[in-house]
Amino acid sequence: MADATMEHDAVQHGLPGEYEAPLFGAYSKKVGMWLFLASDSLTFGALLFAFSYNRIYTNPWPTPFHGESIANATIMTACLLSSSLTMVLAVFASQRKDRAWTRNWLLATMVFGTAFIVLHGMEWSKLIDEGLAIPGFASLLGVTKSSTTGELADISKNVPQFPQAFFGLTAMHMLHVTIGVIYLGVVAFRKWFLPVLAVIWIAGALLIPSGNVFHYPVHTLGLGLLLAAVILFLKPKDYDSHDVEICGLYWHFVDLVWMFIFPLVYLMSTKVS
Amino acid sequence: MHDTAAHSDSKGQYFWVWGGLLALTAIEVWLGYNNQIMSAVHMLEVLLILSVIKSALIIGYFMHLKFETALMRWLLVISVTACFIIMYFFFFPDAGRIITHGVK
Repeated sequence: MADATMEHDAVQHGLPGEYEAPLFGAYSKKVGMWLFLASDSLTFGALLFAFSYNRIYTNPWPTPFHGESIANATIMTACLLSSSLTMVLAVFASQRKDRAWTRNWLLATMVFGTAFIVLHGMEWSKLIDEGLAIPGFASLLGVTKSSTTGELADISKNVPQFPQAFFGLTAMHMLHVTIGVIYLGVVAFRKWFLPVLAVIWIAGALLIPSGNVFHYPVHTLGLGLLLAAVILFLKPKDYDSHDVEICGLYWHFVDLVWMFIFPLVYLMSTKVS
Repeated sequence: MHDTAAHSDSKGQYFWVWGGLLALTAIEVWLGYNNQIMSAVHMLEVLLILSVIKSALIIGYFMHLKFETALMRWLLVISVTACFIIMYFFFFPDAGRIITHGVK
């Protein structure tokens, strides 16, 4: 950043081909990421408004989340908040040009992010097993274990807006977290991350049973692997502190969105005695 | 020109922000477990206020927007807020109608 400023200052203004000073006082990659996040916030904003509208429109709105679900979601929230702290520490380490600690803190962020995905996946599987499913969508994904009786099965039958809104919103967020973990992996380990991602993808495809909701979605990792490989092939650079800061912006945004999903989706639908 | 390495922010304040976010989350969860102490509408208001405070902490400190130039800070905040207000214009009248008159 400071180097970029000096470059701008060194240019004689008014000459053809001179660099134009950045409008926002920040390097272009950072401005680009902020603009992307602003547009992505509208995507989540629209989903949250749709969720709220469904909730107002549907009376009574189901409150299926017992203490266990709330405890699970609280741990997931703590994981994301802690991952934001380790991300900040990674940015600090990268600014000191401490490559080892940058990698370590990025790895810690990835671990927290992965814990979030795993906990969320387990919760999804449990809810689906107990009968919460989007009508028609479960059979499309080959889900076979879904119960047809019980409280959650009744909600799916009588209030299909609830599973639609719940799964739609949380799936979008889970996709963002998954992309974030892959992004962090590429920045931290570059090409060395690709075989690790390939192993996780293949293991997931082989180990997740065909009746599970994640049997097909696990191939998102394959798509992520392809994209990461193309990016690393086109731009095989050594990522610097600016890149770490930019991927941090994305990661904090994922955390930020969850700060609205958690109270609106979970805490406003509790059934705690 | 803003330089992220230049401003004199210590690591300590980020731990305080992290602790504050966890504390606010604990308050939210406590409210979730004790949802009978207020009406659903008041609960929603309190939870949304807490979420806005948490998001301001994340955007301001973790995402460093507090340390960016005033132009970037205000342009981002105003443009995103304006878009949400426009969404709210679409949402609010019909939501109000449903709350007042029921689903018709």
